Amino acid sequence: MNILVCVKRVPDTAENEIEVRPDGTDIRREDLVYSVNEWDNYAVEEAIQIAERTGGTVTVATVGSADDEEVVRREMAMGAQQGLMLTDPAFEGSDGRGIAEILRAAVARGSYDLVLCGAQADDGAGQVGGMLAALLDWPYASLVNRIEVLEGKKLRIGREIEGGNQELSEIELPCVLSIQTGINEPRYVGIRGIRKVASVEIPVLGAADLGIDSARVGRAACRVRKLDYFVPPAGAGAEILQGSPEEIAARLVDLLKAKGGLK
Amino acid sequence: MEPALVPPAAATLSGIPARLIFLLVPLLGIGLFARIIRRRLEPLRRAAPDDRFNRWGERLAAVFRLWLAQARQPRYFLAGVLHIVVFFGFLILAARSLELVVLGFVEGFVLPGFGGAFGAAYRALKDIAATAVLVAVVILAVRRLVFRPARYAVPARYGKDHTPEAILVLGLIATLLVSEGIFEASLLAAERQLGRETHALLPLTLPWAFARLLSSAPREALQALHLAAYAVHDFAFFFFLCFLPFGKHFHVVTSLFNVFFMRLDPGTVKPVRHGVGDEELDRLESFGVKRFEDFTWKHMLDFYSCADCGRCSDRCPANRVGRPLSPRFISIKARDLCFRRYPVRGPIAAATEPLIGGIYAEDEIWSCTTCGACEEECPLGIEYIDKMVDLRRGMVDDGLVPQSLQKPLAALEKRGNPWGKMEKKRGDWTLGVGEGCRVKLFEKGEEAEALYFVDSITSYDDRMQKIAQAAARVFCAAGVDFGILGKDEKDSGHEVRRFGEEMLFQSLKEHNTEAIRATGARWIVTTDPHAYNALRKDYAGLPPVRHASEVILEALRAGRLALAPAGDGVRTCVYHDPCYLGRHNRLYEPPRQVIDLLPGLRRVEMEGDCRDRSFCCGGGGLMLFYEPEEEMRMGVVRVKMAKAAGAELIVAACPFCLVNLEDAIKVAGLEGELEAVDLCELVDRCLARAGGRSTANGQGGTA
Repeated sequence: MNILVCVKRVPDTAENEIEVRPDGTDIRREDLVYSVNEWDNYAVEEAIQIAERTGGTVTVATVGSADDEEVVRREMAMGAQQGLMLTDPAFEGSDGRGIAEILRAAVARGSYDLVLCGAQADDGAGQVGGMLAALLDWPYASLVNRIEVLEGKKLRIGREIEGGNQELSEIELPCVLSIQTGINEPRYVGIRGIRKVASVEIPVLGAADLGIDSARVGRAACRVRKLDYFVPPAGAGAEILQGSPEEIAARLVDLLKAKGGLK
Repeated sequence: MEPALVPPAAATLSGIPARLIFLLVPLLGIGLFARIIRRRLEPLRRAAPDDRFNRWGERLAAVFRLWLAQARQPRYFLAGVLHIVVFFGFLILAARSLELVVLGFVEGFVLPGFGGAFGAAYRALKDIAATAVLVAVVILAVRRLVFRPARYAVPARYGKDHTPEAILVLGLIATLLVSEGIFEASLLAAERQLGRETHALLPLTLPWAFARLLSSAPREALQALHLAAYAVHDFAFFFFLCFLPFGKHFHVVTSLFNVFFMRLDPGTVKPVRHGVGDEELDRLESFGVKRFEDFTWKHMLDFYSCADCGRCSDRCPANRVGRPLSPRFISIKARDLCFRRYPVRGPIAAATEPLIGGIYAEDEIWSCTTCGACEEECPLGIEYIDKMVDLRRGMVDDGLVPQSLQKPLAALEKRGNPWGKMEKKRGDWTLGVGEGCRVKLFEKGEEAEALYFVDSITSYDDRMQKIAQAAARVFCAAGVDFGILGKDEKDSGHEVRRFGEEMLFQSLKEHNTEAIRATGARWIVTTDPHAYNALRKDYAGLPPVRHASEVILEALRAGRLALAPAGDGVRTCVYHDPCYLGRHNRLYEPPRQVIDLLPGLRRVEMEGDCRDRSFCCGGGGLMLFYEPEEEMRMGVVRVKMAKAAGAELIVAACPFCLVNLEDAIKVAGLEGELEAVDLCELVDRCLARAGGRSTANGQGGTA
């Protein structure tokens, strides 16, 4: 099975202090470090495991600039055979639909049986996977936390529903799936792994290579436009309980009972 | 004069000269033994290289201390003393056994030099030795069968119990001793029956007892006994020799070599591959130990040498708290695998299957804190830390890293600290140092004589920053001219290396080495034993590195610090030896001497669990992020020891120890009864009371 995984380079949110720029156009990026979006990392691991079981190749693609190549390389160090950089000045500022448009062209150019993407990105809106499936007119399932390859070009997929229960579905290939974290345990990639793939050529495709009409992507084609970034004013504030641990615990139990959290 | 009994070399058995049999037995025995040893050497020939043919003087000294003087044996007193008896008994009786073997085909053979007075003295000595060993063997058998010390038990998941093997060997030893005694005593009894002069036997020795028992036995019985005892000794001797390489008694053969080639430098980590420099690491196809043959030949020799005494696991903190690790079985399982794949007969099948998921589990290998208690205890110089690190290198290379460790490793790569905190905030702790002490920043181009290498946890952790602040105030008061790297400092990488991420460690090391050398500092001080060990043992080309306790001790002795008791009355404190200050660097005394110079404190010891037997607090660095399976925290065991020693204050000299001990005090419910404090903080408290911090950093006088 040939699998394409769509990945994104995002600010590492663990300890980065995210601040909004005074002009409200973006967050401050000077001191940020970046990594591959966590959900995408699970998607790549899943793709590699499927390919290990059933054969086929894994390709990792991202829409972005030369800076974003590092995440493609990292995922190749994990075990994806091919990388794909979708880079063109015309792509800059695309909204979710624009990104999906670019990815659709990349999918159409190859022969993929399955497209995986992360359920959402740290800095995203969780929209590209669904739009990509719609543009391709492929079946789509979201928040997938389990994949089993069946006979006859079908998958059995799982999704966690309320209360930790599982919902199982069947879906026909080719399809697009958005992957939930926890579906597997992604393997570790160290500096050594990245160095091993440092000299592997990653093809860079622009709008012309992909046959994309520049008018349908980029900032000008956005149908959703960002207006502002701002820090919301602080609310009425939380109540800090005072006293000894026993007193605090007793007061907390009372509060939880009063608000219906405990019955 | 004819001997009173026909000697073995002159006897005939159904018309066949017995000397033929007694010549054939040693020839076959030695031939078989040589063949077995050749097969046992086969995996060592296929193993990874190991650079041990060096430092002959130190190695001979180790042999003298650990092998000949049995220095570590009495640490477990009864078993140790019994072993010493058996060990020296073997050494003494080896000559007699050799003589006996030759007597089977050379009549009246005496070892060269063993005639005359020396021979008489030797005879007396070997009779004492044989008797002592027999007594020891009986006690050992009773221990094994009746008292069954817990450390010999084999949990079901690790395989079969080893008691039958132990009893068989004890039986063989007893057989050798008894048959030798009867052989000699039967001849003496016969000689005496003929009224001949014989040499005197020491009373209460084995031959003496047998000679008394046999004094009136008929001549024919004595003759039969004499030859039978000889034959039994001969067969038992060569059976024993060929049995040794099949189990834990292989150490009788290998221990001398194992001690000779043992690791000489505590605290170090072996290179990824001996003979491949740090710059050439990229050309290696694979990292670490993944299959059995990836171990070095010395590590395989370790597996052969393990005597299964269980001392490593008895002292192992991971084993103690129920983590899935027992160092003893790291050796035993590898030996069992080796014997399966390299049988003495039949085809060799190199062990191609991965060790992880085979004989070892991932959690087993991550459970080790590299505290070194096992290596400190092993009477045979078996090493474990390098094996753990090599196995982890293999796992890291294959991507098998627990999720809990992947995030801190990624953060270390990107930001130089395991939390991913911002570089520019690394020096923010200096804001809390207070008036009268200014910490210089090399990053701002300032100069100082000493560099304080703070390392990640002390730089960023709210609680541990207090150690840095206290240390800075103490250094200022002592007139130390020092500065810090600030944002130019990255994690020392001590645990990064010990967790198997060698390439990340190399990049941290390169960065720090360059940054440190650029400061022009003449020496380095650190409050973190892990950084101390890394800079001293893992880095190269740096100025001398000192731990804060050494610097403080020097200042105290020079009278540069004015102290007053930190509180009212006298508090009882106990010092907890951090693994990387104590066992790995032998700094046991300076921190104790500092405490003893502080007013208002009375120091006790956690007897039996201090200095080189210190019990690990739970591990530092990346170990703080690892989520082990365990029944109890190591720190909880440790604070209970401190409590039992009567302490109100447990003094650590390591930020990681402090994290673990403070947590453990809460978990153990000892809040209010026991307080954990860092040595620097303790000194700082006494300084504060004395108001003794008028000296600003390197500027002297007022600031």
